[in-house]
Amino acid sequence: MPAYSSDAERLIEVSHLAEVQGRSLWADARSRFVRNKAAMAGAFILIVIAFFALFGQLIAQYERDMIDFTLIGANMQKGVPSIETGHYFGTDSSGRDLFARVVQGTQISLMVGIVGALVAVIVGTLYGAVAGYAGGRTDDVMMRLVDVLMSIPFMFVLILMLVIFGRSIFMLFLGIGLISWLDMARIARGQTLSIKNKEFVEVAHATGVAPFKIIMRHIVPNLLGIVIVYATLLVPQMIIFESFISFLGLGVQEPNTSLGALISQGASNMAYGVLWQLFFPLGFFVLTIFGFFFVGDGLRDALDPKDR
Amino acid sequence: MTDPILSLRNLSVTFDIRPRGAWPWTQPLKLHAVSDMSFDLQPGECLGVVGESGSGKSTLARAIVGTVPSSGGQINFEGHDLADMTPRQRRVHRRDVQMIFQDPLAALNPRMTVGDIIAEPLVTHEPNVSRADRKARVQDMMQRVGLLPNLVNRYPHEFSGGQCQRIGIARALILKPKLLICDEPVSALDVSVQAQVVNLLRELQRDMGLSMIFIAHDLSVVKHISDRVVVMYLGRQMEVGEAQTITMRPEHPYTQALIASVPIPDPVLERKRARRTLDGELPSPISPPSGCVFRTRCPKAQPSCAKAIPPMLEVAPGHLVACPYHEPENVLAVSA
Ligand SMILES: Nc1ncnc2c1ncn2[C@@H]1O[C@H](COP(=O)(O)OP(=O)(O)OP(=O)(O)O)[C@@H](O)[C@H]1O
Ligand code: SF4
Ligand SMILES: [Mg+2]
Repeated sequence: MPAYSSDAERLIEVSHLAEVQGRSLWADARSRFVRNKAAMAGAFILIVIAFFALFGQLIAQYERDMIDFTLIGANMQKGVPSIETGHYFGTDSSGRDLFARVVQGTQISLMVGIVGALVAVIVGTLYGAVAGYAGGRTDDVMMRLVDVLMSIPFMFVLILMLVIFGRSIFMLFLGIGLISWLDMARIARGQTLSIKNKEFVEVAHATGVAPFKIIMRHIVPNLLGIVIVYATLLVPQMIIFESFISFLGLGVQEPNTSLGALISQGASNMAYGVLWQLFFPLGFFVLTIFGFFFVGDGLRDALDPKDR
Repeated sequence: MTDPILSLRNLSVTFDIRPRGAWPWTQPLKLHAVSDMSFDLQPGECLGVVGESGSGKSTLARAIVGTVPSSGGQINFEGHDLADMTPRQRRVHRRDVQMIFQDPLAALNPRMTVGDIIAEPLVTHEPNVSRADRKARVQDMMQRVGLLPNLVNRYPHEFSGGQCQRIGIARALILKPKLLICDEPVSALDVSVQAQVVNLLRELQRDMGLSMIFIAHDLSVVKHISDRVVVMYLGRQMEVGEAQTITMRPEHPYTQALIASVPIPDPVLERKRARRTLDGELPSPISPPSGCVFRTRCPKAQPSCAKAIPPMLEVAPGHLVACPYHEPENVLAVSA
């Protein structure tokens, strides 16, 4: 704020100043994030990977499920990654184009991660915020339910579900959606407990703002920082989770594939010297995971309440 | 005399305290934050409430606003008891009673623009006001409290403490309430800004015909703005009277000690004065002393003080003192 030497000057100042756009905390966080090199590198990697997943099919020279019978058995010689044959990443043991399959695997893995994180953000945040704001017995009941769900060994239940109801992407999403929000609900509730004692919430309550509006207007926006950080760290967790299921052969079904399934196949063929079958999916997997971790770390630093 | 806008009758507020690790079925301890408070507030009047930290001032304010439930007695606002208001009356109460807080920044949502913060009561109670009207009213209010109206789109963290308090005042007054409760509105501000904010409040009170409750922990600020003063100790009222009387001729030992414990800026006067500080700690409100709650620190305490809670004695019209051994003391004859 400029110092005004006299009222007249102040008046002139007032009439000249247009409405000033304020710098929100979000804008502050954005500039902090942009200054963080590792986070920006992570974001860049993720953007490249997202483009690869979205548009990779356009540059692939082969359909992902086209089996080239001439290649079967001769993988080691003819299926080598090369620009001339158009198999940029080589072929898999059934003679399918690995490039096209890695594109699809990345798509599925990203989708699993993002759907899991979205469910967590929406369901978990609201659930936690409502429990925390309501407090008392409602809070007790809602959080005990979370405790109960958390105590179930979900990997085991999910594997059972996949075995009983058949393996399908839908089942996988359902399973991941069911667990991903639990941690988020706890985090959101914890934060809500401290926010609801802030005076601005008390003012809103005293003025007569309805409880749900208080949650949406005053609690959730103040939770969002930590929720976003946690969500970006949750995406790789979900991807790893899916990969593990797929690695066990229970995840995505042929002819569809995911990075986990591709890594599993690559690993089992390692002995035949077709190392590209392992390294390409593994490379994308590792890059994706690291990208999310770097971005998540950067967001945490950028949104850290300590700095305010 | 007109009907009081607010009248408290034997108001008590207790909080249930569960000691750590207690069984869920054990009886919780009772913390007596406010006990047996009774006073009236006339329309247009400013009532000061003073007392040490922990004496229950904020709790009293919260009970009047309605964010903590009372556990005994009555709060009548415009003749209606807060405890059994119809939803309609409660809505009216919520719009007519507004509060401003001690920590000006904590009272503002950091994610909302100043314009949205000030407009929130308006949006809540008059949802049909058009966007343009709303903005005009917000900017008008900003001007009245001394904020540049072109700062509507700024965020709270871009303002100083004094400006944040002005934002809080603008929000509280945008619905033209009848009663404004100020909970230590200047304690967190720089001394140079305190006077500005107090003057602003006094001006607004006069212009808008507000009734006001002004809370502070000592009399120095309160005496400038209040017509009458209530002195609180450990949740109970010790002395009630005209601001002039309370500051110049207090009768209750606690009020006298409270005034004596504040240093006078003038060193000559300060040396002349018999300094008595308040010794000891505030007793726990979970188990307040029997009889007079002030007896553990009272210089005039008698054995009989432990027996019964002293009633409020009317020593002069409108001047009530909760101490049978009261005697006037001319605290600062020199500076008066
Ligand atoms: N929500 C609550 N739960 C339990 N105890 C409370 C609660 N709010 C206040 N108290 C207790 O009630 C007593 C009075 O607190 P209150 O905040 O009203 O005092 P105060 O006079 O406003 O003090 P200060 O000058 O520090 O603001 C204190 O002992 C406090 O610990
Ligand atoms: S009643 Fe007794 S203890 Fe209480 S203030 Fe009076 S003299 Fe002191
Ligand atoms: Mg207080």
